[in-house]
Amino acid sequence: MSRTFDLRSLLEESGVGAVLDELDRELVGLAPVKLRIREIASLLVVDKARAELGVAVAKPSLHMCFTGNPGTGKTTVAMRMATILHRLGNVRKGHLVAVTRDDLVGQYIGHTAPKTKEVLKRAMGGVLFIDEAYYLYRPENERDYGQEAIEILMQVMENQRDDLVVIFAGYKGRMDTFFQSNPGLGSRVAHHIDFPDYTVDELEAIATSMVGSLGLNLSGPARQALGEYLSLRREQPNFANARSLRNALDRARLRQARRLLETGSVDAAMLTTLEAEDIRASRVFDAVRAPAASEEATC
Amino acid sequence: MRITQGTFSFLPDLSDDQIARQIDHALAQGWAVSLEYTDDPHPRNTYWEMWGMPMFDLKDAAGVLVELRECRKAHADCYIKLNAFDSTRGFETMRLSFMVHRPRQEARYRLRREEGAGRLIHYTLERA
Repeated sequence: MSRTFDLRSLLEESGVGAVLDELDRELVGLAPVKLRIREIASLLVVDKARAELGVAVAKPSLHMCFTGNPGTGKTTVAMRMATILHRLGNVRKGHLVAVTRDDLVGQYIGHTAPKTKEVLKRAMGGVLFIDEAYYLYRPENERDYGQEAIEILMQVMENQRDDLVVIFAGYKGRMDTFFQSNPGLGSRVAHHIDFPDYTVDELEAIATSMVGSLGLNLSGPARQALGEYLSLRREQPNFANARSLRNALDRARLRQARRLLETGSVDAAMLTTLEAEDIRASRVFDAVRAPAASEEATC
Repeated sequence: MRITQGTFSFLPDLSDDQIARQIDHALAQGWAVSLEYTDDPHPRNTYWEMWGMPMFDLKDAAGVLVELRECRKAHADCYIKLNAFDSTRGFETMRLSFMVHRPRQEARYRLRREEGAGRLIHYTLERA
């Protein structure tokens, strides 16, 4: 007798569907990322069904690499990833331990191994997120302790696949070089996910939700000013997508606060509305107002 | 003679799975787990060697089991015990402590009687 499986209800049962929908709703853009996460979640659900049938399933390698420019949501997605993997039963506890080179690599001989192991132990049962992972490898210094950390990482990634999932994150180009110089590590990372930059439209959508979560709103002209601001800011160096946007909004709040104090008496609408002038006061617009002054670093 | 010390010591030895579940319970209570070993399990010997630092901030038993495996490899002929320390104010003490490894050849002790003044007798546990 052949059993049939309702994969959809299996997905619902695990509660992953809700997380995926939340991901769709709360994160703007990032279409390729969402697609890949859906694929991974589907694979895990299908594997679960196979396992119930008694078909031997090799545990998939879930180590991932997130590449993308700053502020494209790598950490945010990693946190969601931990929840998704937990709901699917692939990690036991579902917590995220976020580290950088400093947390893994020691300062003197013999310091690195215990430090890396300590971090790995803390991450077991959950997800280890290594931000700016390419700093682990410093080719210019052959005695750099980073290599030692990489070797321990590789060993644990291979032998204790059931115990933790490692996510590397960093800028695309530098991560590619990193994996080229550490082929052993690259081959153990099954999923390479690239985070695209946000378009101006997507950034505006993000702005709306950010402003909303601050309990503020944008007036019509302010919205237009923000659109112009974003198109200008994108072209400038050091643009960090959503992070730059958040900083810009923070500065706009400062200007709004000053403006309101100068006004003296205010009503509720004024307290919660960012006006166009709060945004247009930004130095980014200086370049338009006086093109000659564009040399100066802007923010 | 089977050495009995700490929790569960009158039960058969716990399997690694059972140990993992005890550790998970301890971690869920917010206790910090640590390992200690000794070749002298005399009941009056409270000072066992520490195997590394107590492991703070762990979420899952797998991390402790890694250390336990390494400790067993390095000290197969010692007794190893696992302690769970509760740092809650008012407790600040071990809440759980049990043996997780014993050597193939258990330590042997014998009771020694010593006559004192009058009819006084001192009893001492002594390594055989």
